[in-house]
Amino acid sequence: MDILHSIFVAPFIEMGAYPDFFLQVVWEGFVAGVLYSLIALGFVLIYKASGVFNFAQGIMVVFAALALVSLHGMGVPAWLAVILALGIMGLLAVGVERLVLRKLVNQHDAILLMATIGLTLVLKGLGQLLFGGEPKPMITEELGLPTGSTDWEVFGGIVIFQHIDIAATVVALLMVLALALFFSKTRIGRALRAVADDHQAALSVGISLHQIWAIVWFAAGIVALVTGIMWGARSEVSFALEIIALKALAVLILGGFTSIPGAIVGGLIIGIGEKLFEVYWGALFGSGVEAWFAYVLALIFLLFRPQGLFGERIIERV
Amino acid sequence: MFYREAGQFKTSYAADQALLPIRQDRIGLGLILFVAFVAIPLLASDFLIGSIMIPFLVFALASVGLNILTGYAGQLSLGTGAFMGVGAYSCYKLTTYFPDINILFMVLLSGVFSAAVGVVFGLPSLRIKGLYLAITTLAAQFFLEWCFIRIGWLYNYNDSGAIEVPQRKLFDIAITGASASPTVRYLVIVVLVSIMTLLAANILRGRIGRSWMMIRDMDIAAELMGVRPLYAKLSAFAFSSYYCGVAGALMVFFWIGSAEAEAFDINHSLLVLFMVIIGGMGSLLGCFLGAAFIWVLPIIIRAVPPMLGLDVIAATTEHVSNIIIGVLIIFFLIVEPHGLARLWQIGKEKLRTWPFPYSSN
Repeated sequence: MDILHSIFVAPFIEMGAYPDFFLQVVWEGFVAGVLYSLIALGFVLIYKASGVFNFAQGIMVVFAALALVSLHGMGVPAWLAVILALGIMGLLAVGVERLVLRKLVNQHDAILLMATIGLTLVLKGLGQLLFGGEPKPMITEELGLPTGSTDWEVFGGIVIFQHIDIAATVVALLMVLALALFFSKTRIGRALRAVADDHQAALSVGISLHQIWAIVWFAAGIVALVTGIMWGARSEVSFALEIIALKALAVLILGGFTSIPGAIVGGLIIGIGEKLFEVYWGALFGSGVEAWFAYVLALIFLLFRPQGLFGERIIERV
Repeated sequence: MFYREAGQFKTSYAADQALLPIRQDRIGLGLILFVAFVAIPLLASDFLIGSIMIPFLVFALASVGLNILTGYAGQLSLGTGAFMGVGAYSCYKLTTYFPDINILFMVLLSGVFSAAVGVVFGLPSLRIKGLYLAITTLAAQFFLEWCFIRIGWLYNYNDSGAIEVPQRKLFDIAITGASASPTVRYLVIVVLVSIMTLLAANILRGRIGRSWMMIRDMDIAAELMGVRPLYAKLSAFAFSSYYCGVAGALMVFFWIGSAEAEAFDINHSLLVLFMVIIGGMGSLLGCFLGAAFIWVLPIIIRAVPPMLGLDVIAATTEHVSNIIIGVLIIFFLIVEPHGLARLWQIGKEKLRTWPFPYSSN
């Protein structure tokens, strides 16, 4: 009975008793969720356009952020460093398309996944070789990102909003809007959607697959850089981020591999869910449940809805 | 000319169905076994045995486990490291509870626990496939890793949080613990790995193994032909996890001597996956080739700069070896998706027709 009480009753009483603390936890989870969504967004972009499940998205985030910080460390002004880092991601996109994707066209999903695992190793080694393996602080102020915090008095307590968290949310929102506009209004965006729908049909109306793949990897690179900046500003830029980025995979399961709204909603569910679980139920299991909560939630979810929240229905034909 | 079956006539079904129907293969395997069982223990240095051969065999066995699941049954798994961990931790618990029972029995028994955990985490495979399944195996990876850290009972509430291998004897010779010599540990491992590989070869060509391959090639067709997916998939998870569990127990008890949860992290899982990819999915020979390749390559890369008289920091060589392995994985996927084992196969075909490559056998 005791255990049932501590699972089903006590946490909710605690939530009700200290609503300000509850709000704080939800906000923290929300911001973490925004960042998970951003990583998942990179996955979805690439998966939709090329059918590649890009395991390297996490390391791309680290790589882009490290490139930015290291360039700035070499004395390059911040704005130029951002442009150069974007250039590096662009080169990477073209390189991946030329050297990997083009040669692996029409291969099985699993083969492509493994190729991106190989790419992960290359980027990891390259990043450590070029930029060093030690954690670096993000150049928050040089990029004009706000620091400091605002207190909001509510329910007889205060909720603290870090400005960088607010900025991260706004930037993420802007980026999703920009991507949505890009996909629906521009010529390239429409070509991207055509490729995502049907490779062969897209080819037959004269869309270059190679070009589209390079562009979409570049777009994922931009998303990676933004994610890296935001995440780096909240903690620091290090290779540990790569493991955390794997949580985006759980987000994808919730949202479905092909849905951008799914990636966002899934990210928020995972972010808020794991923070609440850690804070209110974590003590029951011993702390550190954040490490697996996302995956187990995704696994349970999958048993009921294999295609994710917004994913396309999986239809199998024989 | 040297490698062909011409003139080797079979007079019974048993001979025709033998594991190695060609005489040259039998001679080759005999030579390899001779080297493994006699030459290496007698001649090799402690470094070669302790740092190359023992890890190689442990990883080869883990690769066999993963290959059963991924290569033969077609279920991609990223949780190998955690299943190895289950084997290692349960072996540790068993041998500390029952110190008098032979450690080899415990190693083999610990695989059963790993198999049970594998079946539990294999349950989602009945409903989901492919990449989605790969992610659910990540749940196994992170959840089990967390258990190894947080559940003190698993490591007997050690202050260090690590499992440390006690000394155990076989025929009055120490085979585990600090005082066991590398040669003895190597002999134990090589015997176990040989037997288990032979077993795997026979399971794989038997009814169960063939049902796994049918599921891999086309699950719906397999189901229509009477293969029950429930049994086929879960048995693949069970066998695979059993092999991984035994490999994990061997790894801790006969190789590294003590281990924390970090020894079984996601990178460990990926390492075994690389071995399977590079070696060749769906090939037992490939497991050994891949394990040798992935394990030995970094050692060689580390040894090259000093040989050339260059002074390179250890970290740099590690990064370079990361890059090289990554490039090689992509290279192999592009050039030969079936891995090293396929290259060996092609080589044998060439040998059969040599020196008249255009003759029809």
